[in-house]
Amino acid sequence: MDLFSNLATGFGVALTLQNLAFALGGVFIGTLIGVLPGLGPVPAIAMLLPSIYTLDPTAALIMLAGVYYGAQYGGSTTAILINLPGESSSIVTAIDGYQMARKGRAGAALAAAGLGSFFAGCVGTLVLAAFAPALAGIAFAFGPAEYAALMLLGLIGAVVLASGAVMKAVGMVLLGLLLGQINTDPLSGVERFSFGIPELTDGLGFVAVAMGLFGFGEIIGNLNRPPESREVFTRDVKNLWPTREDFRQAMPAVLRGTALGSLLGVLPGGGAILASFVSYTLEKRVSKTPERFGHGAIEGVAGPESANNAAAQTSFIPMLTLGIPPNPVMALMIGAMVVMGITPGPKVMVENPDLFWGLIASMWIGNLMLIILNLPFIGIWVKLLTVPYRFLFPSIVCFCVIGLYTLSNNNFDIYLAGVFAVIGFAFIKLRCEAGPLLLGMVLGPMLEENLRRTLLVSRGDWSVLLTRPISGTLIAIAVVMLVAALLPAIRKRRDNAFRD
Amino acid sequence: MKIKSEVDFWSGVVFIVVGLAFAIGATEYRFGTSARPGPGYFPVGLGLLLATVGVIELIGALGRERNEDDRITSPIWRPILVIVAAVLGAGFLLPRVGMLITLPFVIVLTCFATSDFKLREAFGLAAVLTLGSWLLFVVGLELRIPIMPSKI
Repeated sequence: MDLFSNLATGFGVALTLQNLAFALGGVFIGTLIGVLPGLGPVPAIAMLLPSIYTLDPTAALIMLAGVYYGAQYGGSTTAILINLPGESSSIVTAIDGYQMARKGRAGAALAAAGLGSFFAGCVGTLVLAAFAPALAGIAFAFGPAEYAALMLLGLIGAVVLASGAVMKAVGMVLLGLLLGQINTDPLSGVERFSFGIPELTDGLGFVAVAMGLFGFGEIIGNLNRPPESREVFTRDVKNLWPTREDFRQAMPAVLRGTALGSLLGVLPGGGAILASFVSYTLEKRVSKTPERFGHGAIEGVAGPESANNAAAQTSFIPMLTLGIPPNPVMALMIGAMVVMGITPGPKVMVENPDLFWGLIASMWIGNLMLIILNLPFIGIWVKLLTVPYRFLFPSIVCFCVIGLYTLSNNNFDIYLAGVFAVIGFAFIKLRCEAGPLLLGMVLGPMLEENLRRTLLVSRGDWSVLLTRPISGTLIAIAVVMLVAALLPAIRKRRDNAFRD
Repeated sequence: MKIKSEVDFWSGVVFIVVGLAFAIGATEYRFGTSARPGPGYFPVGLGLLLATVGVIELIGALGRERNEDDRITSPIWRPILVIVAAVLGAGFLLPRVGMLITLPFVIVLTCFATSDFKLREAFGLAAVLTLGSWLLFVVGLELRIPIMPSKI
């Protein structure tokens, strides 16, 4: 079968000494930033970008991918041991994981998270390898209308699946789309909203905005919260191996989480965070003993952790096959590919098969490294958690500043991030989620260009979006999703699901 | 009519103001027609759409009973001012005096964002991070960052 010969090519590439080293470096950095609260994969990858441009593209992408899925592993450690999500996709893991730790079962929780993630990572990688070629085949038939419809679906997906109020998420997406309008219009060459500042004619730096909102804004937000007394369970991590009873309870949760995560990861606007939320809700619903949730149910750790890791792998599918980023991390990866001279989209697989299959194979190897890095060597990461926050945030600021400067050897991005730090904090205060905004900002210019091309071809007739079969189907799915989210009955249930 | 949810009310206000600002600003650019959309077509449309969302949000935030959960608590200003000052300061200083002066300044300043820091710790952290950054970014990754003050 094709799949096997392709994977063989991939392993041939991924198993070279150089690529193994970069995979290890990536997953190590990923675990590190995952463990550290307040530093997620977006600012971390942004910081790495300038230094990888000189590398071989395959090695660079292998490393960046490792950072992303490595962060999913590391985040659970922090969630379980100190009840702080080390990474935003581990928010739900903290609920039951921390309770398990309080009952002296931190080891079992860590093992459930680690083994679940490993299983999900392997399955997610296989899904990616099996479905990416098929999807890339369809993508060749895509015209501007189809691309526009797909992006609309992604944006609406981000709205429906965001964890806050629906209307606010709509507003944030629109705000992001508008920020994306600050650029030089690709079709007419007119500079828009640049106020005579030359740096703005290329558009707002996505990395600078992300670092401002998620890096600096989060720090200000964290420092604004009164210090809570948190028990840290770093000393009693022993008995890593779960009991037979644990396995019996966790296994179905891992399977369901993996399936959910693989599916939701592909959706534009979806990704790891969403998958973990949905998985937790599902586990609670199917459980015969839902009252155990919130008091240390192992399913509540195993399910979401499997889901977020599976989603982290499959979210590469839209990025690699269509060139559309389903989440901000993938947007950074696309940025990196473009700089290294690779145009993301269906052609990558044909023109750079070594890169494509090497990257996929490296993910499997990376997951293997991660399970070793995160279970036998858990002690290292536990030590790291004893570093107080007052040492952490100055370090984050320091590295972010250097990263921002080296993006384009210019201090404009530092100023921009400073401005967005304030905006990010305001969003936290107004309980507006910044995720949808970032996605809107990334997809905005692409969406506009494709919509305008569609309108040019159709002579101003918007209905082509509905009458062309593929784009019509995509729009229909989007509408169903939006209506479902706004219906009072479902809306109430959805709110409850996110509140728990 | 009172404000039921302060959080939603002010989100609505922000959406309206920003939406209208973009829409009005975009009238400077050619709007075009649907058949030939110009550079102003999308910003005007999106801006008006955002303002509409803002109005809906604002109306939804009004009601008789005040929801205490949705009040906006006054922020602690110290971390905001310190972090923003540190970041903007770094932007100003880095190209002018180089990282060996900028980083210690930024790190020590950042430490002031909380009240539970000790000056000795701040200086220690600044020394470690500056040396570490120099080794990692300049020696290791060979990035082009100004190191010393540039000669005028």
